[in-house]
Amino acid sequence: MARTVWDSTVGKKTVMAVSGVIMLLYLVVHLYGNLKVFFGLQEIDDYAVWLRNLGQPFMHHMWTIWLTRAVLVVAVVAHAVSAYQLSRRDIEARPSKYVHKKPRATYATRTMRWGGVILGLFIVWHILDLTTGTVHPGGFQDAHPYENIVDTFSTWYGNVIYIVAMLALGLHIRHGFWSAAQTLGVGSRTRDRALKATANVLALLLTAGFISIPVGVMTGLVS
Amino acid sequence: MKLTLRVWRQKNADADGAMSTYEVDGISPDMSFLEMLDVLNEQLILSGEEPVAFDHDCREGICGACSLVINGDAHGPERTTTCQLHMRSFKDGDTIDIEPWRAAAFPVVKDLVVDRSAFDRIIQAGGYITAPTGSAPEAHATPVPKADADFAFEHAECIGCGACVAACPNGAAMLFTSAKINHLNVLPQGAPERETRVLDMVAQMDAEGFGGCTLTGECATACPKGIPLMSITSMNKEWLRATRKAAKR
Repeated sequence: MARTVWDSTVGKKTVMAVSGVIMLLYLVVHLYGNLKVFFGLQEIDDYAVWLRNLGQPFMHHMWTIWLTRAVLVVAVVAHAVSAYQLSRRDIEARPSKYVHKKPRATYATRTMRWGGVILGLFIVWHILDLTTGTVHPGGFQDAHPYENIVDTFSTWYGNVIYIVAMLALGLHIRHGFWSAAQTLGVGSRTRDRALKATANVLALLLTAGFISIPVGVMTGLVS
Repeated sequence: MKLTLRVWRQKNADADGAMSTYEVDGISPDMSFLEMLDVLNEQLILSGEEPVAFDHDCREGICGACSLVINGDAHGPERTTTCQLHMRSFKDGDTIDIEPWRAAAFPVVKDLVVDRSAFDRIIQAGGYITAPTGSAPEAHATPVPKADADFAFEHAECIGCGACVAACPNGAAMLFTSAKINHLNVLPQGAPERETRVLDMVAQMDAEGFGGCTLTGECATACPKGIPLMSITSMNKEWLRATRKAAKR
């Protein structure tokens, strides 16, 4: 069955849809946790410590986090590899362009590929900045997200990279969520409006929610 | 009407093609687009040039033979086939670009004619029913719910012209394949091969070198028969169901 799925364009799109939904669910939880930054240093730093001990005593310290990371890595890799292979196939399937060109599809639809690449690069920077602290401006402190967030968004480039990536994320989700529903066969004429509305609401909430954090730092609400 | 036509000319499958410019005069707005091309070809023959090769057959919008990407739109600006497109959709003095369907799976044979036999092979992979042949059975012998009949009919409208492939930025044949699968899979007559049909036809579609679906919706916009984009959703659902069932066996 795995072979059938991976070898088929329809199957590979299913892989993209499922991995996309997994990442989307993570983002909702991630945003929810991040917004605690607006309730002050104590609340979000305590939350970070709680996350590290989540599932205890069943789970060992950090195990839940590592489990989540493992699932996310599999999802990101599956999503990216499928996207790359399908894109290569799509480009080969249309080798010669039309002489008479017309603007096609919506902006969100046309930017899925490059938007995805931008998001992939963003994830690398984001992890090096706020998980490992490798490229973090100022002294990185583990389990002190409040201080780390303030450091990152006190630099101009931190704000620019983050806000551009979040706009790309919104566009990606706008087309991606609705598309995933079609790929998984759950779309229908009666549900179409609801699905499109959900895609737009999710895109808007996640983009606005995440962008509110650098804006909070810039305006001094978080400092 | 006086028009300037820029037409894709290509000697054969191996030759390089290019756009050639022609002037046509005395075009009536009541002519169909193909009649306008007939006028051009008469003109070319009289001046000793090679006429433009293009596909056409019934000229009634039901056979799926005609093609042409006109000003970047498959079948031109109206939602109909090229043969049913009339010159009143254009203005006197217009310049019109005419190109063949563009897809790796639809190689150009000559000028505006492309080889669409990839579609035939997709149909051969499962776009039929194994029913006893002979005279038509009594219509009431196999009851079909109204909603299913409507669904089947909507998809059965596909004439296999290939406009969906031509319009798709990925050269995908998802709309065609889904229309053919849905049309048969919803009916009791198509039930015995419900799973093998979708699996085999999708596999053949991939083997022909068509691209994948990115849900841009260009196919459904171009379709002269109005096959809905949701047709692809239904096919995906059928494919996932068949894959699960095949795994259990």
